[in-house]
Amino acid sequence: MSPASVFVCLSLTLLSDYPVIRVKPDHSGVVTDGVKHSMNPFCEIAVEEAVKLKEKKFIKEVVAVSCGPTQVTETIRTALAMGCDRGIHVEVSGKDYEAMGPLQIAKIFAALAKKEEASLVILGKQAIDDDCNQTGQMTAALLDWPQGTFASEVTIDGEKVKVVREIDGGLETIKISMPAVLTADLRLNTPRYATLPNIMKAKKKKIANMKPADLGVDMVSRVEVLRVDEPPTRLAGVKVETVDDLVAKLKANGTI
Amino acid sequence: MWIKVHLPHSKWRQNLTIPDQLYAGACVINVCPPLPCQFGKDSTEAWVTDLQHCKLQLLIMALRSAVCRLLVNPQRCAIISASRSQGSAAPAQKDAEKASEKKAKAPKVQFNWRDGLELEGQLTEDEIMIRDSFRDYCQDKLMPRILMANRNEVFHRDIVSEMGELGVLGPTIKGYGCAGTSYVAYGLIAREVERVDSGYRSVMSVQSSLVMHPIYAYGTEEQKEKWLPRLARGEILGCFGLTEPNHGSDLSGMETRAKFNPSSRTFTLTGSKTWITNSPVADIAVVWAKCDDGKVSGFILERGMKGFTTPKIEGKFSLRASATGMIIMDEVEVPEENLLPKVSGMGGPFGCMNNARYGIAWGSLGAAEFCFHAARQYTLDRIQFGVPLARNQLMQKKMADMLTEITIGLQACLQLGRLIDAKKAAPEMISMLKRNSCVKSLDIARQARDMLGGNGISDEYHVIRHVMNLETVNTYEGTHDIHALILGRAITGLQSFTVNT
Repeated sequence: MSPASVFVCLSLTLLSDYPVIRVKPDHSGVVTDGVKHSMNPFCEIAVEEAVKLKEKKFIKEVVAVSCGPTQVTETIRTALAMGCDRGIHVEVSGKDYEAMGPLQIAKIFAALAKKEEASLVILGKQAIDDDCNQTGQMTAALLDWPQGTFASEVTIDGEKVKVVREIDGGLETIKISMPAVLTADLRLNTPRYATLPNIMKAKKKKIANMKPADLGVDMVSRVEVLRVDEPPTRLAGVKVETVDDLVAKLKANGTI
Repeated sequence: MWIKVHLPHSKWRQNLTIPDQLYAGACVINVCPPLPCQFGKDSTEAWVTDLQHCKLQLLIMALRSAVCRLLVNPQRCAIISASRSQGSAAPAQKDAEKASEKKAKAPKVQFNWRDGLELEGQLTEDEIMIRDSFRDYCQDKLMPRILMANRNEVFHRDIVSEMGELGVLGPTIKGYGCAGTSYVAYGLIAREVERVDSGYRSVMSVQSSLVMHPIYAYGTEEQKEKWLPRLARGEILGCFGLTEPNHGSDLSGMETRAKFNPSSRTFTLTGSKTWITNSPVADIAVVWAKCDDGKVSGFILERGMKGFTTPKIEGKFSLRASATGMIIMDEVEVPEENLLPKVSGMGGPFGCMNNARYGIAWGSLGAAEFCFHAARQYTLDRIQFGVPLARNQLMQKKMADMLTEITIGLQACLQLGRLIDAKKAAPEMISMLKRNSCVKSLDIARQARDMLGGNGISDEYHVIRHVMNLETVNTYEGTHDIHALILGRAITGLQSFTVNT
């Protein structure tokens, strides 16, 4: 039995183009107004993998999902232009959006995956603005599904998925049963350019709208951001004449 | 001035800028993600050439904390290190005050020199997506090839197939495997490709406007089914045979003849065409010839037909990345099925050319934009007499002129595109904008070349290639002067093409 639908969960990230990323004067976060946003690069890779699986006829339908304000529909539209069949936009805006973190997102994706009976949930391994690397894993845990994270190769083998994972020591190959959660790493594939005909077709594809409340998810964050600061200024280096001087300085420093 | 920046994610490239007041001395070290790099696809380090082009936090920090005055030695390629010195607290204070003040007032509209009149807001979501997707392709896949392709005069046939895959060939055609987008989208596509090279855009224009368009507009259903899908995919490449060695601007005087043979129901074509983009490697040619009734008709010639040869034109110093040649027809037997029946007379070729000219109006501005941005970048980087070249009034005036012409030109092209989409455009409008865009772009490219000084003649900086190419772009599809006559006739009602009447 071939898997029915695959959910690709997308994140809209801060991608600074030419404006500079600034910390807000009140140190509560980073200024996002007027900063260009686009689809998270790892999510692009996730979309590409899902579309590839559909082209190889392993799956029937690819659904692109994202949580956030209206801007997020552009991201879903891009995913549709790359080959996804339909989209779901979970509206989260204002204060909820600012406080939204991996746990809330994972709860939403988990609820959706269950509701729509997805066989595979594919995400990017992490968002490049917060670098959390948690959403995929949390989603899997909430669903109690197996997970194949940091995937650099995905093969569907009947009811199981073979995943080659990039780990610190090298590559690890695992076999997990579906339904499962996968997160895409850099070398999984090279995302395609959206072709003109597909961009035109994407206009007609549906993007459903819903709110977290519809899925029974409470958006309250248990994490409170206390303060955001820029990295500290790098101090000047000190030049020394001889190796002895260097050792003396390091000792004086307390480093050795 | 080189600045070393560490990046964790080296895949994504962007331009970086810093606030102006930091230009005179600033540095960035070990910046945290995300920080896209501009060079070195797989390296984790990027060398940023320009002080103006350093990013974020640490620079702001330098202002804010104001304890470091960062020393910069313009002579050396080096990692700049910050040193504690007597920075003043005042700048940091002022910046913080300004920031909070800004929050209270209404947001000030920031002028964007990259998009002087907010063209972005006038495009539909589709058009933006199409342009962005295609721009990525052009910068990623075409830009790396162009240097050598131009230097060694090599035509990469692959790009036609690649563009076909993306669906950008014949984009305005509805059906037959084509995308069916708006003319504005076509213009945006042309602009992105010409930003890389006019030769590549010529290849795209010929295929879309001069080969696919006549078959679509003037061909039979069988001809459309037979040729269009393969042309759209880039499987086959076409060329357009109109200009002759003795008849360039004077097209109606063409000498190529098509004699009809009633017994075999074929036409015999004899004559020669020159300056034909793609011809040496084309699979088909849409050739215009005078029939027995003295009227011009279009024929599809196929590679392999006896008497049909396409010698390459050597010694070309323009559009070197595109193959140009002649079409020699020595009694070529063309079956009746290859005649384009739905048009007779000069209206046929002119209809095609108007289509192509529209693409050129947008396209040449893409080349101009590249030259403008390159000149800006160069003059910001290059220090002479202790200051960047961009500090000089003569340089700024030139850039102001470039910005103005490009911005205004694009607005005009957008309006023209919308009119064409609404079927409310007259050919003179297209003549007007083709003429304007080309002459202004050529001037911008020349100015940019001048601003780059000696480096401006090196193809590594690309500007000289655009100067070289735009000479042709200004000339083909109707010279500057011919379009002036077209407009003059529309203005006065008096034709000034010929001396006789």
